[in-house]
Amino acid sequence: MGTDQALQPAIRVQGIEKSFKDLHVLRGVDFDVRPGSIFALLGSNGAGKTTLIKILSTLLKPYSGRASVNGFDVVTRAGDVRAAISLTGQFTAVDDVLTGRENLVLVARLRHLPNPAEVAGSLLARFGLAEAANRRAATYSGGMRRRLDIAMSLAGDPPVVFLDEPTTGLDPQGRLEVWRTIRQLAGQGTTVLLTTQYLDEAEQLADRIAILHRGTIIQNGTLAELKRLLPAATVEYVEKQPSLEDVFLALVGDPPGDRQDQPTADSAPGKDH
Amino acid sequence: MSTHALRDTGVLTGRSLRHILRSPDTIITTAVTPVAMMLLFVYVFGGAITTGSGGSYINYLLPGILLITVASGVAYTAYRLFLDVKGGIVERLGSMPIAKPSILWAHVLTSLTANLAAVAIVIAVALAMGFRSGASVASWFAAAGILVLFTLALTWMAVVAGLTAKTVDGASGMSYPLIFLPFISSAFVPTATMPGPVAWFAENQPVTPIVDTLRALLAQEPVGTGIWTALAWLAGILAVSYAAAAAIYRRKVG
Repeated sequence: MGTDQALQPAIRVQGIEKSFKDLHVLRGVDFDVRPGSIFALLGSNGAGKTTLIKILSTLLKPYSGRASVNGFDVVTRAGDVRAAISLTGQFTAVDDVLTGRENLVLVARLRHLPNPAEVAGSLLARFGLAEAANRRAATYSGGMRRRLDIAMSLAGDPPVVFLDEPTTGLDPQGRLEVWRTIRQLAGQGTTVLLTTQYLDEAEQLADRIAILHRGTIIQNGTLAELKRLLPAATVEYVEKQPSLEDVFLALVGDPPGDRQDQPTADSAPGKDH
Repeated sequence: MSTHALRDTGVLTGRSLRHILRSPDTIITTAVTPVAMMLLFVYVFGGAITTGSGGSYINYLLPGILLITVASGVAYTAYRLFLDVKGGIVERLGSMPIAKPSILWAHVLTSLTANLAAVAIVIAVALAMGFRSGASVASWFAAAGILVLFTLALTWMAVVAGLTAKTVDGASGMSYPLIFLPFISSAFVPTATMPGPVAWFAENQPVTPIVDTLRALLAQEPVGTGIWTALAWLAGILAVSYAAAAAIYRRKVG
């Protein structure tokens, strides 16, 4: 499968439909994702993003249409698809009773990797969780839990990664950390399909953006292509006002690159000097 | 494929056993209520109860208390599985290249371990309270086998509850009717003293033949045909709950 892999899309979705009883959630979805790219599926709550992710990760079967991941059909070759993907769901699925390290060793062993302890160690270091490695995940902050969650997905380096609303519920720093992780992933050649309801997230990260609305893709293109859909920009002179996010990050004085790991409870106060 | 499934089940069972080791109170609380009932029935009501069996009342009572122990213990199984479903762990595991049944089997094996540990505690207390059995090793094995079967049957019911519950209370509430069932059986008093319809229900529900069989085994008496009724009930409940759990699970994680 080595030679033609570069040519065929990492994810191919053709005419996927899915309904739950009378509710038509997906009404014929089509798109391709190029290997090694970040593809953002943008849509409001209830647009069908999670349903589509579940179909692609073999948790749900489509009512009609076809989808393949890494060249394998999600229905007929589900086992091969599961070996090629990882899913980071909408809710951080970490085991609170276990420590960060134990969580990572668990998934490494379930992926039948030869050296689970080493895999866990290197992921802990890569995600800035080395110091918290032997604490129970229940004691982690929201951002740390999310990082552990994503780290768990990356054990065994799956070539395709699904991230379902990876930054929902995170504080601004946590969000920037996750963005940095996603960029790194794509930099290493991993294909990332992420869903988001935040426009700036898609704008910041994605090579291509598809807008899912009422069960169909109503637009699919690069950011530049999507911008061209609107009437040409008119030049106006406006004073650049800092966004609240700019203000917050300036006041907290905590650039995401060199931030220490601490629970959110004590990271907000005491840092304003 | 099957070594793969065994290995995955082993890894996941290790995980949930670690949950229990880190909160051993779940085993203690499982044992506390049955022990309290045993104290109450032996030292408060026991003197006024005539079982007609000649032996001590605690010998008569223990089998029913053991069933109550398991019935309350499986609530934790439903609870732990519910948390895995709710927290997305089942979905995460379901999208990984592992043998899918291993996720449920890990919970089932953990349930078996935890409940048998609680049963051992209750038996130890009973021995301190004067429970004695002249049963042979073979009879003890037979009694243990019936308790294992009973635990498996109730555990698969708990799996159904854990997979389908909407709330934590719904998941763990499944054990209340199961705990109550031994009261309307031969577990505490002989059914002969009950009024007609109640006696009829008591004699025809699963707890009575199971309790009678366990009691006969531990007292080294002949089990009669009751053991076949007991085994039929256990096999039936096990088969139905297992089939229901498997069907619900397939619908949930593809």
